[in-house]
Amino acid sequence: MAEPSEPSEPPGRWGTARPGRRDVLRGAAAVGAFLAVDLAAFLTANNWLGPARLTPRRFLDGFNTAFGRHHGYRTNHAKGVSVAGWFDSNGNGRELSTAAVFAPGRTPVIGRFSAAGGNPHTADAAAAGRGLGLAFGFPGSQQWRTAMLNLPVFPDNSPQDFYDRLAATALVPGTGKPDPSAMTRFLAAHPPSARALTILKQHPPTPGFADSIFRGLNAFYFVNESGVRTPVRWSLTPLQQALPPSSGPNALFDPLVAQLRGGPLRWRLMLTVGAPSDPTDDATLLWPADRRTVDAGLLTLDSVATESKGNARDINFDPMVLPPGIEPSDDPLLSARSAVYAASYRRRTGEKTL
Amino acid sequence: MTEPSRFTWLSRLLHWLTAALVFASLFIGFVMVNSVGSYAGLVALHKTLGVVILVVVLVRVVNRLTHRPPPLPAGVGALERKVVLLSELSLYALLLAQPLLGWAMVSAAGGPVAVFGSLRLPRIAPFDAQLFWVLRQAHSVVAYALMAAIAAHISAVLLHTLTLRDRLIERMTFRFRSKAERSRLG
Repeated sequence: MAEPSEPSEPPGRWGTARPGRRDVLRGAAAVGAFLAVDLAAFLTANNWLGPARLTPRRFLDGFNTAFGRHHGYRTNHAKGVSVAGWFDSNGNGRELSTAAVFAPGRTPVIGRFSAAGGNPHTADAAAAGRGLGLAFGFPGSQQWRTAMLNLPVFPDNSPQDFYDRLAATALVPGTGKPDPSAMTRFLAAHPPSARALTILKQHPPTPGFADSIFRGLNAFYFVNESGVRTPVRWSLTPLQQALPPSSGPNALFDPLVAQLRGGPLRWRLMLTVGAPSDPTDDATLLWPADRRTVDAGLLTLDSVATESKGNARDINFDPMVLPPGIEPSDDPLLSARSAVYAASYRRRTGEKTL
Repeated sequence: MTEPSRFTWLSRLLHWLTAALVFASLFIGFVMVNSVGSYAGLVALHKTLGVVILVVVLVRVVNRLTHRPPPLPAGVGALERKVVLLSELSLYALLLAQPLLGWAMVSAAGGPVAVFGSLRLPRIAPFDAQLFWVLRQAHSVVAYALMAAIAAHISAVLLHTLTLRDRLIERMTFRFRSKAERSRLG
């Protein structure tokens, strides 16, 4: 390769000719402009420039304001136990979805019963939401995760409404209790949440975990072999009574643990088939009671353990972890749950409990 | 002045493809971790971009090892040559490490590693929440390091091209000749 033929000074450590002042300015201006654009893009992407948006971080802060900061625990549904068992599919689900879990046969399951709220040491209350997170086929490539509640509908239909409700439950300094007028104001300003509250009041909770119906609440699309997409909501119907609540701070968890130590607990996985007119983007609305249901099989949970390394403690029950054959709907809560759960998981996996 | 020699056509194509993919992936990465409504869709896109970048960078490593790059402008001194080599090496290292860290951290959280919609990659790390955290932190550190290294790279090329006027950038650009030029060159 020929060297440039024009005469030049001998190359020094940092190059040859001394550039003129105009060339220096030209280069400096270009570099300055590039770095300014680069920095502005970076700051905008990180939400440090531009209009304030609702971020996962603000949700975590909102929970911490309402429930206190508890290192190493989930930001919400902090109190829970790890369970394990299996799902026996009867093959009926294949009519709706190609997901491997619906083929006839057995899939191992890891799960977690939990109480709503961010305080892991809270005393059990019958009225508090009960959660059941399940990971079917974990940690396989076809795994399916879901986080369900013992409620007929979700109290809010958008991330902003959920955040506003959380803010309305914040404890007032001095009294240590939420401001009741804040919740009144919230419900007046959020009609969908007020409607949902009416439905929730019509469905009082059962005595315990074991006899609770757990529902996925958000709608999903099931895709079958012919490529037909069907809106579906799933739920777990209990096949046993619950032991009565005990006294003490673990009034609901103690009977659950005792019951699981005495023998397996079972739920039927029911798939509710939505009609095209049924809302898929609003978890505060019930679907009509006459919708067809498909009994997809039997969930059996037969072991229980304190949360510890390698069990349900370390699983993020992200509702967007779906197998091929199940797809998210347009419900805005799904992405928000995924985002906030991920932020909580990242934070708590770097913290030590106690 | 003679025409500066260029990278091969394939090298230039791979370079600009990497630039576009990495810019998109970094930007989406920063946006998604701060968003609620578009998080799920952006994460899916980010993972797919990551695996495409990994493939492109692996092809580039092979290409770099089998092809000699064109000489630097004569004005680039001995010390700067060392800096150039070091920055090239760090960019390759960061570009390889970042998708692998992302893949490993999803694996350590228990997977699945979903890309291109329904494709599932094998997990490359054991299910371990503490390992996940270390990898997750590293994924952010490398993102910032990549941003800094790319900014330095672009600034250096701008200074060379606009201040030293050594046509450094032309080693990597495509020259689109006009019809008249093409016929003149015969």
